[in-house]
Amino acid sequence: MNDTTMPTTQAIQVESLSKRYGKNAQALSQVSFEVGRGELFGLIGPDGAGKTTLIRILATLLLADEGQARVNGWEVRRDYRKIRSHIGYMPGRFSLYQDLSVEENLHFFATIFGTTIKENYELIHDIYVQLEPFRKRKAGKLSGGMKQKLALCCALIHKPVVLLLDEPTTGVDPVSRQEFWEMLKRLKEKDITILVSTPYMDEASLCDRVALIQKGNILSIDEPGGIVSAFDKPLLAVRTNDMYRLIQDLREFESAHSAFPFGEYVHLALRNSIWPEAIHAYLAGKEHTGIEIKPAQATIEDAFMELMTQE
Amino acid sequence: MKQFGIFIRKELYHIFRDRRTLLILLGMPIVLVLLFGFAITNEIDNARIAVLDQSKGEMSQELTQRLVASGYFLIDENLWEVAEIEQHFREGKTKMAIVFPPELQENLRRNLPTQIQLIADATDPNTATTLINYASAIIGQYIQEQARGQAAPMQITTEVKMLYNPRLKSVFMFVPGVMTVILMLVSAMMTSIAITREKEIGTMEVLLASPLRPAMIIIGKVIPYILLALANTVVILMLGTFVFGMPIKGSLLLLALECLLFVITSLALGILISTRTESQQVAMLISLMMLMLPTILLSGFIFPIESMPLALQVISNIIPAKWFIIILKNVMLKGTGMEFVWKESLILGGMALFFIGASVRNFKIRLE
Amino acid sequence: MVPAITAEKLTKKFGDFTAVNQITFEVQKGEIFGFLGANGAGKTTAMRMLNGLSRPTSGQASVAGFDVYRETEKIKKHIGYMSQKFSLYEDLTVRENIQFYGGIYGLPGREIRHQIKELIGGLGMQEYANTLVKAIPLGWKQKLSFSIAIMHRPEIVFLDEPTGGVDPITRRQFWEMIYKAASEGMTIFVTTHYMDESEYCGRVSIMVDGRIAALDTPRALKEQFGASSMNDVFLQLTRPNQKES
Repeated sequence: MNDTTMPTTQAIQVESLSKRYGKNAQALSQVSFEVGRGELFGLIGPDGAGKTTLIRILATLLLADEGQARVNGWEVRRDYRKIRSHIGYMPGRFSLYQDLSVEENLHFFATIFGTTIKENYELIHDIYVQLEPFRKRKAGKLSGGMKQKLALCCALIHKPVVLLLDEPTTGVDPVSRQEFWEMLKRLKEKDITILVSTPYMDEASLCDRVALIQKGNILSIDEPGGIVSAFDKPLLAVRTNDMYRLIQDLREFESAHSAFPFGEYVHLALRNSIWPEAIHAYLAGKEHTGIEIKPAQATIEDAFMELMTQE
Repeated sequence: MKQFGIFIRKELYHIFRDRRTLLILLGMPIVLVLLFGFAITNEIDNARIAVLDQSKGEMSQELTQRLVASGYFLIDENLWEVAEIEQHFREGKTKMAIVFPPELQENLRRNLPTQIQLIADATDPNTATTLINYASAIIGQYIQEQARGQAAPMQITTEVKMLYNPRLKSVFMFVPGVMTVILMLVSAMMTSIAITREKEIGTMEVLLASPLRPAMIIIGKVIPYILLALANTVVILMLGTFVFGMPIKGSLLLLALECLLFVITSLALGILISTRTESQQVAMLISLMMLMLPTILLSGFIFPIESMPLALQVISNIIPAKWFIIILKNVMLKGTGMEFVWKESLILGGMALFFIGASVRNFKIRLE
Repeated sequence: MVPAITAEKLTKKFGDFTAVNQITFEVQKGEIFGFLGANGAGKTTAMRMLNGLSRPTSGQASVAGFDVYRETEKIKKHIGYMSQKFSLYEDLTVRENIQFYGGIYGLPGREIRHQIKELIGGLGMQEYANTLVKAIPLGWKQKLSFSIAIMHRPEIVFLDEPTGGVDPITRRQFWEMIYKAASEGMTIFVTTHYMDESEYCGRVSIMVDGRIAALDTPRALKEQFGASSMNDVFLQLTRPNQKES
């Protein structure tokens, strides 16, 4: 297949990408996926899963050891200059000039991308209005949420075709997190492809499609609904007054596939469907009190853990 | 071009908003020059001496007056016994003692050999030597005058003439030295820190992922520091000239160009350091250990290169500061032109090219 | 029974700014108490006062029965502390870290040797015993930090933003360790701004602008606010007075 001449419809193509640091640390192994134009694609996984490495390779900041990657049809190694002019990139930690004001930062990034704030103001307008009252304030003096908004504005100011966001919501309070995702939704409507990474499993449901990633391997790629429905074991939420003993006891229950704490409950996945009464009786026999058992809806976390244990 | 402009502007914001560093950068040259000029000096002024006059004649009196009149010496006390001398030294009251023998007057009149004893506290050998030299010179001159007109025996006296720095003022030595150190500091250390700072706070990552060319990033970061370094040069030269009376005999244009050349060499070194380091702390340590110390110790600024062991003499050749100090002394003190410093300039230029080449080779367009 | 922690109208002011404003609560022995709030809501300041690291401006508080004004040294002996930044030394091995902290808390040599065996065995970290801490995976570091923080069997352990970024299984293993400690009677005081963490706590307080805006079990709070998750509860509490100052 000679894909250098083929018109590409995918915004991001990744094929068998591998990367290792030093001798032992395999950051990515044989990762492949595609992101369609205008898609909001989530890269979900814990720290050290390889999310940052992957995003940096796509941002042309790292070279892969093996495999291919294209952004907007450009090859990441050869066409890095083109990619750099046309993507917006927001690194994992706050990477703006703390001693420059909001306005100065934005003006700086607009200018180095050869554009002006005016030219693309329409794109950042929604976000920038929230920053406007603080435009003379130094970036270092903004709250976490505001910093993220400013960083997003700076990454957007040149109207990129693809936006690469590395853990934009890490360490940000829940309110700002929610607002940030609302902004991403609106950007998506403006035909910008967005690849966003996050360690928060609950953010998966806000993406069009997600890749679950762990130790450099992609565990699954699907729509959030698809990932959850792929969890095919019967799932119950159980609680009693003694959480710690409950977990131990449930793991010893013969029909148990797995038992993990989920907030106030323990999620008990079963090998086979059995009556909740049987579990009730089992727990009562173990002298548990305040027993409560109800069917549970699997979450992305259930699915993720299931995939992890299958590995 | 617009990109370049904004980059330099941004860099100037960094420099001017970091008030403390700016104050250090601009204040340090002034403090250093004044410090070297007034405090750390080899010159002798009003050194306290003791006199044991056993001859008690008019000649010894005249001699003592001569010594005091020179401005170098101050009579701390007149002693009566030889035993007092040592006690005086022990108490640290005096730096030198002069003993006029009882037969001084008599011997001089008869043109017989005479000994005047000079005793100095050699715990500080530099000062001791200088004191003895000054005193001998004054005494020698007096004796010569006394002998004039008489049928004196053949006398051989050495006449020393110090060229270019006739009064052996140390200011002539340290102005070029301090200038070299400051330029090295501002240029190499500050640029290496400024570049690694962008790596450390993560903005380098964003800059790399932008259409900015690496060369533009580097040149943009460096230009403000060139300006800063040249401003420091002007300040040091003015202090040297107006406060300490240091001459600038050669062409100002040549001096400025040579300074620029040295600044560029140092900047290139700073950039080279920054391409190999990831944190400001490491950059600063390397700059200090590998640049500042050799610049101070091996450049001939403080210790003369000729008196170093051979190995260090050889090493001193790769220190840019050594060549710059030679150039500075030539241009400022001797007033020589390009025809006498072309060799040193060429060496500096070659070093600059080498460092720039190595930096370009080392600069990564990616993160690793 | 004497509560593990009591605070009454505890207040801390920095100049004109009131970081913690008259907070009142009690934590019972063996309880897992979640102390939530956005960045800058005053969580850290409040916790420092309870740790004896910062002197309150006014109000009363006692920790493990000791007064936070007068008996800070005693408090420090009876609590354990684990911060988000992992208080482990990255350039020491796992074994050396345990040794060091054992020494700090004044455990006798025999006890330290016993703990090293116990702790490394309990965590299943035998293969990492002589590895530098910087080279072990994040999840292990976290579990190790916690084990070290409770090595001297404190009555109360303070966890400052403990989880975040670890994989879901490791995170649950971590919570199981916390449950285990609590079931043995240790009191756990967790500060966090990750709302889903709070669902694991027995009771939670939510701080907004220096005050405790809500305090109850996660279940009761969700009922009270008609919310499906603690995240929703938090959003409802903070959104109305969200501001940038």
